[in-house]
Amino acid sequence: MTAAAPAIELRDVRKSFGRTEIIRGANLAVQPGERVAVIGPNGAGKSTLFNLISGRFGSSGGEILLHGQRIDGLKPYEINRLGLARSFQVSNLFTRLSAFENIRCSVLWSMGYKYSFWHFLADLDDVNRRAEDVLGMIRLDRRRDVLAMNLTYAEQRALEIGITIAGGASVILLDEPTAGMSKSETSNFVSLIREVTVGKTLLTVEHDMGVVFGLADKIAVLVYGEVIAFDEPEAVRTNPRVQEAYLGSAHADAGAQSGGH
Amino acid sequence: MRSVAGTSRSFNRGRWLVWGGYALLMLLAPLVFTSSLSTTMLSQMGISIIACLAFNMLLGQGGMLSFGHAVYSGLGSFIAIHALNRVSGGSLALPVSLIPLVGGLGGLFFAALLGYVTTKKAGTPFAMITLGVGELVAAMSLMFPGFFGGEGGITGNRVAGQPFFGITFGPQLQLYYLIAIYTFVCTALMFAFTRTPLGRMLNASRDNPERIEFVGYNTRYVRYIAFMASGFFMGIAGGLSALNFEIVTSEVVGAARSGAYLLFTFLGGAVFFFGPIIGAVLLVLALVLLSELTQAWLLYLGLVFTFMVMFAPGGIASLIMMNLRVASFGKLRQLLWPYLMLLLSALVALAGASAMIEMVYHLQLNKVLGPELKFAGVPLNAMSWSSWLGAGVLLGVGVLLFELARRRFMPLWGRIQEEIESEIQRREARA
Repeated sequence: MTAAAPAIELRDVRKSFGRTEIIRGANLAVQPGERVAVIGPNGAGKSTLFNLISGRFGSSGGEILLHGQRIDGLKPYEINRLGLARSFQVSNLFTRLSAFENIRCSVLWSMGYKYSFWHFLADLDDVNRRAEDVLGMIRLDRRRDVLAMNLTYAEQRALEIGITIAGGASVILLDEPTAGMSKSETSNFVSLIREVTVGKTLLTVEHDMGVVFGLADKIAVLVYGEVIAFDEPEAVRTNPRVQEAYLGSAHADAGAQSGGH
Repeated sequence: MRSVAGTSRSFNRGRWLVWGGYALLMLLAPLVFTSSLSTTMLSQMGISIIACLAFNMLLGQGGMLSFGHAVYSGLGSFIAIHALNRVSGGSLALPVSLIPLVGGLGGLFFAALLGYVTTKKAGTPFAMITLGVGELVAAMSLMFPGFFGGEGGITGNRVAGQPFFGITFGPQLQLYYLIAIYTFVCTALMFAFTRTPLGRMLNASRDNPERIEFVGYNTRYVRYIAFMASGFFMGIAGGLSALNFEIVTSEVVGAARSGAYLLFTFLGGAVFFFGPIIGAVLLVLALVLLSELTQAWLLYLGLVFTFMVMFAPGGIASLIMMNLRVASFGKLRQLLWPYLMLLLSALVALAGASAMIEMVYHLQLNKVLGPELKFAGVPLNAMSWSSWLGAGVLLGVGVLLFELARRRFMPLWGRIQEEIESEIQRREARA
């Protein structure tokens, strides 16, 4: 393991469902602190890729490394304990717990309380302070005691992000964080995501080109289960392979208009 | 609906009051209800409170539906009665008051053993496996008569070893107070459990077993530890009932017992911590009193259960909490009259229906006694058309009145809930 190991590295990662190969030898190396948007047409395998990295699915081949350490084949909780957290495209909350409890559940492990039944939650000052802080960061402090299922859609999306970052993981994967949001909600949300992921390695799947250019330093383009380009936004936009395979030459300047794909 | 003790510390004045009241109730109950039947029933209530609360650690708090949880109280009972007989025989030096703990350790042991398999799955597969394990243990109870005592079961004598300050646990009242102490301590421990990191993660795994894996937790471990904790308390309940009845038969591990825990925990209310306590009290009342009152008691129980599942899935506890909420906004007065109408019309319908049920049961089971029977003081003749007509009219009128009352009640209830919601929003805006 070298000092400069990438935060996330994919080496010829493959995944098949039955006889259909969805990820066909994806390669990618994201350096610590980089902010990367993964884009690609529908069915390119973006969400599948996230599911492989986070351990939700096992891969069929290749290697996945987190800070130089193999994580393919590990369980989601083992990967999370190594410092990787993810959000979901469809909000995946603890529905019958309050917003505060949702966040508190997400900090307990990382603060070392694990399976403890010999501590009272109310006495865990460090946990409660951290949970309140996160709740403030995602602007849900006024909705502290509302059950997750009773929050508005935008609030649920914010809580989804809160659960993801609460444990302090250094690598954050966000799967379409702004899915289903209105335009004004989206722009607020992008600045919120920027705030809460300062100093972290960020990978995000995104459809909205405005969000992509607002969040990411680099763009990875996934087409038919392969990363065909990984570069700065400007270089990706002018990359002929990308134009041909993904954007289509007519949409080459889609980013400037922040249109869809 | 679940109230969360926000910034308050583990204890505050309100909580002292509730727990003090709970202790006082258990202390004074046998002084108010002094007959030997009521002492016996109170003892059984204490035992079933522990069992239903332990069952609800899985059902309400962990979303785990166990169809075979009597296995753990039952095996705890057997371990306890064997230990008791060792104490009687002099080969084990243990005060009788600690025998329930032995039962608890037995329950813990078997929960660790069998739960390792059971908790591999959640949801429906979990329920299926518990059903299978329950049948397995019930079948084994006939295969190993040495441990399970075969048809006759295992008997014991709780007056064993040295009396402690003159306490022999011979009189039922002495045993009641032992049970009461165990009930109070176990209730407190199980409540404390809900306030710990593991207890909260158990709630989280109920709501979303997948997501907790992405915040560092192994869902299966959360389930497994909770299952063992539940098994421990089930075992304590089993140990207490071994002392209480001084006999343990194989039916204590059976499906009927498991079903009773499930049914009454649900009736009491699985959503709230205190729900199963209500359920446990009802369990004993139904098993001891209702079964004396009528042969058709299981049918009534089934009807009540069905109604509850359909109309108040949060159980009696949620009905109480909903009305407390209405009361705290000062709106309960408006509902008193409608409630009374609902209650009266329901009673009329129930009287008609149960008169019919009793007549059918009488015809089937007590034919030799002739067609006459007495139901709630009213003489009925199961062969005469006038009794049937009377019951039918009662039922019809009751149902009609109930429906009328319900139609007036529902919009009123909806309006009050809306008023409360908007009141809450106003308060939030002001805060």
